[in-house]
Amino acid sequence: MNFSEVFKQSNQLCKVSPDGKYLATCVQYRLVVRDVSTLQILQLYTCLDQISHMDWSSDSLFILCAMYKRGLVQVWSLEQPDWHCKIDEGSIGLVSSRWSPDGRHILNTTEFHLRVTVWSLCTKAVSYIKYPKACSKGIDFSRDGCYMALAERRDCKDYVSVFVCDDWHLLRHFETETQDLAGLEWSPNGCVLAVWDSCLEYKVLLYSLDGRLLSTYSAYEWSLGVKSVTWSPSSQFLAIGSYDEKVRILNHITWKKITQFEHPSTINNTKAVVYKEVERRPVVSDDLSLHNITVGTTLFNTQSKYEICPLPVQIPVVKPDPDRANPKIGISSLAFSADGRYLATKNDNMASVAWVWDMQKMNLVAVLEHTSAVKCFQWDPKHPRLALCTGNAKLYLWSPAGCVSVQVPAEGGFQVQSLSWHCTGDSLILLGKEQLCLCYMETEQEDK
Amino acid sequence: MGEWWTTVPIESSLGNFDISSISHATMSPSKQNNLLSMYSSLSLSKSSYSVISAFCTEDNIPQCISYINQELASLGLSSTCIEASSPGAAGLNPVPALNATYELLQIHRRTMCSLEELEREQLKKSSTLEHVQMNNSRLKDQLELSIREKSGLHEMERQLQLKIKTLQSCLKTEKDEVQKLQNIIASRASQYSHDAKRKERETAKLKERLSQLLVDRKDKKLAIDVLNCLGRSDGKRSHWKTAKAAASHEGEMYKSLLSDYEASQRSLMLENAELKKVLQQMKKEMIHVLSPRQPSIRGATADDSQEQADSDLEDRAGDSSRGSLDKSCEHAREQLTNSIRQQWRKLRNHMERLDSQASQVQNQLESNKDVISRETHEDEMERMRREVQQCKEFIDAQQQLLQQLNTSFDDETAALLNDCYTLEEKERLKEEWRLFEEQKRNFERERTNFTEAAIRLGREKKAFEEDRASWLKNQFLNMTPFTDRRRCSSSDGQSALSIRSEPEMRMSSSKVQLPKSSTYTSFSTPKPAPSATVPSTTELYRTLRLIPDPSSTRHSSHGRWHESSTIEDGESQVKAKSRLRCGDLSIFSLGEDENSLT
Repeated sequence: MNFSEVFKQSNQLCKVSPDGKYLATCVQYRLVVRDVSTLQILQLYTCLDQISHMDWSSDSLFILCAMYKRGLVQVWSLEQPDWHCKIDEGSIGLVSSRWSPDGRHILNTTEFHLRVTVWSLCTKAVSYIKYPKACSKGIDFSRDGCYMALAERRDCKDYVSVFVCDDWHLLRHFETETQDLAGLEWSPNGCVLAVWDSCLEYKVLLYSLDGRLLSTYSAYEWSLGVKSVTWSPSSQFLAIGSYDEKVRILNHITWKKITQFEHPSTINNTKAVVYKEVERRPVVSDDLSLHNITVGTTLFNTQSKYEICPLPVQIPVVKPDPDRANPKIGISSLAFSADGRYLATKNDNMASVAWVWDMQKMNLVAVLEHTSAVKCFQWDPKHPRLALCTGNAKLYLWSPAGCVSVQVPAEGGFQVQSLSWHCTGDSLILLGKEQLCLCYMETEQEDK
Repeated sequence: MGEWWTTVPIESSLGNFDISSISHATMSPSKQNNLLSMYSSLSLSKSSYSVISAFCTEDNIPQCISYINQELASLGLSSTCIEASSPGAAGLNPVPALNATYELLQIHRRTMCSLEELEREQLKKSSTLEHVQMNNSRLKDQLELSIREKSGLHEMERQLQLKIKTLQSCLKTEKDEVQKLQNIIASRASQYSHDAKRKERETAKLKERLSQLLVDRKDKKLAIDVLNCLGRSDGKRSHWKTAKAAASHEGEMYKSLLSDYEASQRSLMLENAELKKVLQQMKKEMIHVLSPRQPSIRGATADDSQEQADSDLEDRAGDSSRGSLDKSCEHAREQLTNSIRQQWRKLRNHMERLDSQASQVQNQLESNKDVISRETHEDEMERMRREVQQCKEFIDAQQQLLQQLNTSFDDETAALLNDCYTLEEKERLKEEWRLFEEQKRNFERERTNFTEAAIRLGREKKAFEEDRASWLKNQFLNMTPFTDRRRCSSSDGQSALSIRSEPEMRMSSSKVQLPKSSTYTSFSTPKPAPSATVPSTTELYRTLRLIPDPSSTRHSSHGRWHESSTIEDGESQVKAKSRLRCGDLSIFSLGEDENSLT
């Protein structure tokens, strides 16, 4: 495993182009595009203000930089550095900006969710979609880029509009049976739309592309409900994480629950392997010489490694404050591995633990307990390999073969806040607070 | 009483008392009885009448008789009537009187008996009464206790009831509270939702207004500034929004939906086909499993209906398989499932039957075995035991071999073990050595004791010899032919004898006194011998040991001395002194030998 040198970045804005060739990073008001393989700067763009959001177009030709405070969006072309585009939302404000799947339209959500403005880069045309709902995940494009589902709120009722992305034609518009719609997501095959209610009610609705209600699922009542929803890559399963610290898996034929994954505080499942991160301060022994001191930072960095714990294992649980909104309990993150074989979850009141489940055997495979809270985890897009970070100078990797923690050999207290895989799965981008670093996986080792 | 009666005539002069006393006595028979008995005893001891006892006097005999008759009649002894022997005379007709007395005595005995019985009864009764009373008191205590307990429990119950009542009231109030709260919550919720809706409407209105205002203001800033427009990503030109386009979108949507459904259907079909295949295979296998067994079953049960069903089943199976192969319509499926079901039932029945048969057979076998076993069992057991023994031996041998192997292989451990062994040996040797040393020391001590004793003896002997020599010298010197001393010499043989016997005595005494280590002086003080005897020269010589004794013990003694000396040589040389006194020793030993011989 190799690490690149450290680069600057701000706002954790750093993205690899969809084709995997370029790496775009934002440093204050500048946008830097590098070649991923050489890390040499290819282009340098200067925006009008500090960039608050940046995104690649799907064809990796354009980069969108949004400056929400100014209500501005600037678009840069990689092929034609002279080309530029600036969209000003004016006094109506801007809270969110994103590319349409075709990479020729930009969808801006205005302040107060007054409307969604669709700007065409082809025709300069602008169209408005009114009444978008202010919710966590109100817009979703189908995987093939054909359709867009948008949550709307009119007359105190929730609606979903399905648009054809090609010409923003409103294909379907239907009311949903939700009290307060919280999010929607297309299945990967683009035929089923999962819609879920706010946490006050456990309700998941499944709609067909043509607006028919396929099924409704509710596990329980009178308690905080759905916290996260994820489709499996094959569209075969819908995983629902909820505030009762369980993940429920629905099947795609009957939309009934197949199984549920509980996250107990005591693990005595003999099929699961519990990896516990054990920190070791380097032993400052008699060889504390000038040499060691001059070597510097590594001396003061704590070493850590995973150890397999004998069962049963007690997992530290933080009791959430019942008087606070959005209690820190329940399954907040769910992620299927690229092949759909594994599911990684995180329970918020056991923040230092990541859980890995086998979707074929429908059981717990591994529990990774860390010394600090898991900040982010992501599956390798090519292999069944999970990368995690906990906000310290270490990168954690899990694969069915085992578990490893790697010290990031960057100087100056590089703390991994977030990470993202390169689309080939050969490298990882580690984002610190102000820096970033690339981590290259060793492919030979994998072959072994 | 008889005596009383007999005494009456003797001293009747005293009592001229009236019947009043008698009548008085009759009024209380018991008292009278008592009195009578008392006075009888009194009369016996004193032989003197008291005033009351004069029941009958010579004057009132007839009255007495009549009275007694009356009394007897009242007692139911009317048959015997005491009569005076002759009217007017003071004599009684003895037969009826005696009869009456006899009767009375009988009655008395009976009454005494019954009295005794009654007394006994009464004693019994009283004891039971006492027991019962005790019981009663105990029970009373218990009762009291239980009453107290009961009252306590009552009190408790009352308190509990009170508590229950209060709790119930509490519960009621709580329930009311809950109800109230629920109502409040419900009203709040409705109010909240209402408010939320109102607010939402307001915000919607505001948003509307805001957007209207923004549109009205013709916000100049709201603009897109593009250097040059881009081509579409698919390279096509954009289309007009037309109904046709919309329709095509619909069509596309349905197409995609359809394709998705088709795909899902295909996958389902595939799955179905797989399952069907599995089903078919299962059926085939079932048939296969069932068919070879059929003859046996038939042979066993000879069931016609069974046979028919089997053949039917096969037909149907073939039918259904054909059907399912070419068409997957409902009918075929039904057939298939039906046939499968039937077959499955068949198989199950068959299996059950087989099971039962197997169990029967097993039972039979077991029973057979039981019959057989008695003789074979023992043999088998014996054989097994032998085998176990063999195995054990084998294991032992293996273990030993293993150990040997281990020891031979592992030089270190071997050395260690050797060390252990040598150590042990050393230890044992040390122990032995110690024992040996101790023995030696003991022996040494004994020897020194012995030598010391010998030395002492030698010294004693020497002193004695000297004494004797001096005494003999005196004797010799005194042997002057004085006449007055001749008398003494007459008893020569005696003295010689005495002299001879003297050392014997001395030796025996010394022998006795040797272990006591008595002082030489006390021992060897020679007798003053006032009757100084004059021994003959030969005797003298003999006593001086100048002439060998006729009894040839010297040789043997000498040999013995030699022997002892050699023994001494063999042992560690202890003291030179003792060596030096060997001569004394020899003398002593000779004397001793002589003594022992004599």
